[in-house]
Amino acid sequence: MRLFSKDFWFQFASPKTFYPFAGKLIPWFAGVAAVLTLVGLYIGFFVAPVDYQQGNSYRVMFIHVPAAWMSMFIYVVMCAYAALGLVLNTRLSDMMAAALAPTGAMFTFVALWTGALWGRPTWGTYWVWDARLTSELILLFLYLGYMALRSAIDDPRRASRASGLLALVGVINVPIIYFSVKWWNTLHQGASVSLTSAPTMAKTMFAAMIVMTFAFWAYAIAVALYRVRLIILERERHARWVVELAERER
Amino acid sequence: MNWSSWSEFFAMGGHAPYVWGSYGVTFLLMAIEVFLLRRRRNAVMRRIRRLARMQRETNE
Repeated sequence: MRLFSKDFWFQFASPKTFYPFAGKLIPWFAGVAAVLTLVGLYIGFFVAPVDYQQGNSYRVMFIHVPAAWMSMFIYVVMCAYAALGLVLNTRLSDMMAAALAPTGAMFTFVALWTGALWGRPTWGTYWVWDARLTSELILLFLYLGYMALRSAIDDPRRASRASGLLALVGVINVPIIYFSVKWWNTLHQGASVSLTSAPTMAKTMFAAMIVMTFAFWAYAIAVALYRVRLIILERERHARWVVELAERER
Repeated sequence: MNWSSWSEFFAMGGHAPYVWGSYGVTFLLMAIEVFLLRRRRNAVMRRIRRLARMQRETNE
């Protein structure tokens, strides 16, 4: 069985094989992201009813919750790639981790920004130093620290080791964010969606949120694959196949 | 249908700055990210071609 052979899987760990493979995937994920965004926005604005307590301000939720989920999810995936890179010494894993960081940071900022704009009409304040908000802000600093550390070290191997370790240590923050609303008394509401119970909101509201989550997910994959291709080109700029590719593209 | 007119839709029941401020910034950031990636790709390609040219010139 080809699928069970080690060589089959390890060929994707080679930047040269992965580059065209990722290139084929990008348009598909970008297309899915665009379609799901339109569907999600339609459900969110035209199907989901007005909330009887919050009015229309609650519609911020359709990007706030997906962005917050993605900010944590991308960090965990980034950390897994960084760990793989540290243990197996595969260059591509480290490149994937690096490619995910800016998009993760972007979603973390979006979660904080939309949270502030939702907090103002709902709580009467843009910001409060409570556990959920503060730990999410720390997540943003972890992403920025990871990126700053990488760009501060010239030797790519040392940069990937140091930043990989930082990513691994920082993952402790993800469960802290997730459980913060249980562990501490916070202004932020608890989880309205969980695996063990039915969501505590109207079905159409839930649908808009889930569709937007998959839209952001597809967007993140498309953008990360695009960025990892650039990182491959930068790192392998002396390789013959990269030079030939660049000259062909003129 | 939630809205009887476009102006009602844009007003968001008085919550327009919060709702549109959220959606606007989110999609603006995504557009900027894609724009920066495309620009970086062009720069990378140019740099690789320049390096290859310099390499050829030193070999001659």
